[in-house]
Amino acid sequence: MQNLTHLDRLEAESIHIMRETVAEASRPVMLYSIGKDSAVMLHLARKAFYPAPLPFPLLHVDTNWKFRDMYALRDKVGGEDGIELLIHKNPEAEARGINPFDHGPLHTDMWKTEGLKQALDMFGFDAAFGGARRDEEKSRAKERIFSFRTASHRWDPKGQRPELWSLYNVRKNAGESMRVFPLSNWTELDVWQYIMREGIEIVPLYLAAPRPVVERDGLIIMVDDDRFQLRDGEQVETRAVRFRTLGCYPLSGAVESDADTIEKVVQEMLLATTSERQGRIIDRDAGDGSMEKKKQEGYF
Amino acid sequence: MALPHADERDLIASDISAYLERQKSKELLRFITCGSVDDGKSTLIGRLLFETRQIFDDQMAALEADSKRVGTQGGKIDFALLVDGLSAEREQGITIDVAYRFFATAKRKFIVADTPGHEQYTRNMATGASTADLAVLLVDARKGVLEQTRRHSILTHLVGIRRLVLAVTKMDLVGFDKGAFDAIVADYRDFAEQIGVTDWVAIPVSGLSGDNVASQGEAMGWYSGPALLEHLETVPIDSAADQAKPFRMPVQWVNRPDQHFRGFAGQIAGGRVAPGDEVRILPSGRIGRIDRVVTMDGDLPEAVAGQSVTLTLTQEIDCSRGDVIVAAKDPPHAADQFEATIIWMADEAMVPGRGYWLKLATQNATATVAQPKHQLNVNTMEELAAKTLELNAIGVAEITTDRPIVFEAYGVDRGGPPNRQLGGFILIDKLTNATVAAGMLHFALRRAENVHWQALDVGRDMHSRLKGQKPAVVWFTGLSGAGKSTIANLVEKKLAAMGRHTFLLDGDNVRHGLNKDLGFTEADRIENIRRVGEVAKLMTDAGLIVLTAFISPFRAERDMVRAMMAEGEFIEIFVDTPLDEAERRDVKGLYAKARAGELPNFTGIDSPYEPPEQPEMRIDTTAMSAEEAADRIVEELLKPR
Repeated sequence: MQNLTHLDRLEAESIHIMRETVAEASRPVMLYSIGKDSAVMLHLARKAFYPAPLPFPLLHVDTNWKFRDMYALRDKVGGEDGIELLIHKNPEAEARGINPFDHGPLHTDMWKTEGLKQALDMFGFDAAFGGARRDEEKSRAKERIFSFRTASHRWDPKGQRPELWSLYNVRKNAGESMRVFPLSNWTELDVWQYIMREGIEIVPLYLAAPRPVVERDGLIIMVDDDRFQLRDGEQVETRAVRFRTLGCYPLSGAVESDADTIEKVVQEMLLATTSERQGRIIDRDAGDGSMEKKKQEGYF
Repeated sequence: MALPHADERDLIASDISAYLERQKSKELLRFITCGSVDDGKSTLIGRLLFETRQIFDDQMAALEADSKRVGTQGGKIDFALLVDGLSAEREQGITIDVAYRFFATAKRKFIVADTPGHEQYTRNMATGASTADLAVLLVDARKGVLEQTRRHSILTHLVGIRRLVLAVTKMDLVGFDKGAFDAIVADYRDFAEQIGVTDWVAIPVSGLSGDNVASQGEAMGWYSGPALLEHLETVPIDSAADQAKPFRMPVQWVNRPDQHFRGFAGQIAGGRVAPGDEVRILPSGRIGRIDRVVTMDGDLPEAVAGQSVTLTLTQEIDCSRGDVIVAAKDPPHAADQFEATIIWMADEAMVPGRGYWLKLATQNATATVAQPKHQLNVNTMEELAAKTLELNAIGVAEITTDRPIVFEAYGVDRGGPPNRQLGGFILIDKLTNATVAAGMLHFALRRAENVHWQALDVGRDMHSRLKGQKPAVVWFTGLSGAGKSTIANLVEKKLAAMGRHTFLLDGDNVRHGLNKDLGFTEADRIENIRRVGEVAKLMTDAGLIVLTAFISPFRAERDMVRAMMAEGEFIEIFVDTPLDEAERRDVKGLYAKARAGELPNFTGIDSPYEPPEQPEMRIDTTAMSAEEAADRIVEELLKPR
């Protein structure tokens, strides 16, 4: 007997999910956020359709405020053979100069939530892969793998379709769409282990290095470019930091760390005593249940 | 986020590489927890997460704050709050959907489907159970085996879970009394025997104190069995049994990047496969040989159940999505009539005779379900008579598909692990696209195979040639009073004048004879249309041009008739008269009666009409006369098709 490990099983399940989507949806797309989960998802997609090229484009919903290292990796991936990378920026947010310094929660709402809906409608995508995992947050724990959205992109937690065995109902009416989460059953640790096992390239910001940062509202924020608005009394200093999650740089909290290899990151993570999403400002907006609210509004 | 078990923290700190190496060979166990609302299920899971160090400092701080604010433990830590995810259900204090949790110990990684206990959400439990290897059933020590305990046992058993744990919770509230535990175990033993559950253990636990959750604890010295977590770490997993089955792989997707490569992608449902193996492609039955087992990491010498691979064959053989590649010498059967257990999951009850989409593995078909043979009382296993299945009902019924389906018996009674991929299916409503039922196939009905079509010496081609016309069914649909019969009559007259052989089927000549046993309920209306379809089909075999005039309000039924006919022989004519116009004309005075409440289920008033999406012709009766319409239809009909 050949013993499949839990990573082998997770990989096989994710590939199965992606193939079902491609076989039954009319216009699939993969949301590519440049983070480690996206990197794993992209790697799995390559495996699922090898030796054919990816049968769908990647979509990056940009905000103009990602880390420079993220843009570098994105552009590298976008330039690879067989990859079609689409980049969408909400023109209204662009015109109004929406930014995380002056506009608070509106920044995430307009660039990400609205930007995503715009892009999906504009290209007519009816199935969008996302890298969300059920272990991330309590309302995610109940998310289906194939999550049905109304024509206005709303998620109705009570109206979800039952999902039995590995049978996915991909049917929908015109205008309706699906979010598909191939990494649903992966944990944070699974993702890291898989990155190591497969040698998947990730943004270097996940590994500790000396970086220019300021401390603000209890978070360590990296000063990634000269658009950063320093407040009175704030000093930029160089500290050894890394990031657990990546988003818009002014909204991403770093942790002080010496972990400069993935093994050390995993080691730190396993011995850590605070949870992953603590470094994210957006989850704090509306207190408890805010992620669920965002999801109902169409945030991924 | 899954944190490591406490035992492993030292190893992580001292030698992370050794730890990661060990992680690589961990197995995966999926289980579900079920119990009634107050059995302390969320508390037990919260405790499991706590004991296995899955809870971070910030989560713990939030938990302490939440416990004071909304907790049910009088300000003490309420572990249930860790688990109850959605704000709506937190406010109600109950879990309302399936939630998946993750944790790991030194030996295994676990995925827990947390499923709700109260009756109206049976479908969620079936969902959680469909992917689980084991079920943990919670019984409140104070209440003992309840109706819900029996229902959950039966349901998990039906869905093919062979291993059960009876977790007797809240032992702290009965003073950790052995007698209370023994009484519950004895009670459950009788019931388990009755329903055929053989592989089960009972464990007394307290989610509140933690006794027998991760380890034995002090309070119940009289119990010598394993703690819950110990049991979950050592219970056998089914992958060996799946690999020992004959080879089966449903084809998901044909991988054809260029003319030189043609691979069949899928996840292996059973057995193993290697280059050189002789295989059969079902349902066509063609024989081929495996050339390569392709993956991005290089070709494999062998692949086994559970893996997602791409297979190539040594020769060009027709094979596409929905086909199943199987061991040539040990193939499964294909059939189009089955008996199955069905779990109904939609608010709208099952409509016998209506066409639903059926999805089984990668196969899609239209399926109709007959009136149930019986419904199961899930508290007693008693078989009850039933005309339909309503939300959360479980029954046994015959299913007919419009094409052969490659399948295996789901096989809950054979002792081995169930054939989930080739025995489990879902039904999808054709109008709303909702998943309305899950089912498990028992066996194929031989009846369909035994009724051989009579080979006729004078076939339909001959009939058609003798009459010098191409047969067709011209199907008029539209509201009552839209003008269907009027136009159909004119069309028939015109065709007759041209020497064509026709027959007009309408409500009157059918309702008074063939269908006089049918009323106007939804089920009867569907059966009415089905019979009309079958009669029309026989008449086309005789070479006739058949005209039908029925309201036929449901798209699903019209599509069902369309599917019976040969390609191009079904011509759907939508007689499009707006409701207010039809009501204004009210030729037979029916609308007035319906409005007065004398005619229930009247289409357009209190029963819906689903207009055709792509009819062959649409007749706007507000824009043309019946005469003009008839001319247009005749013209269309006589066009070379």
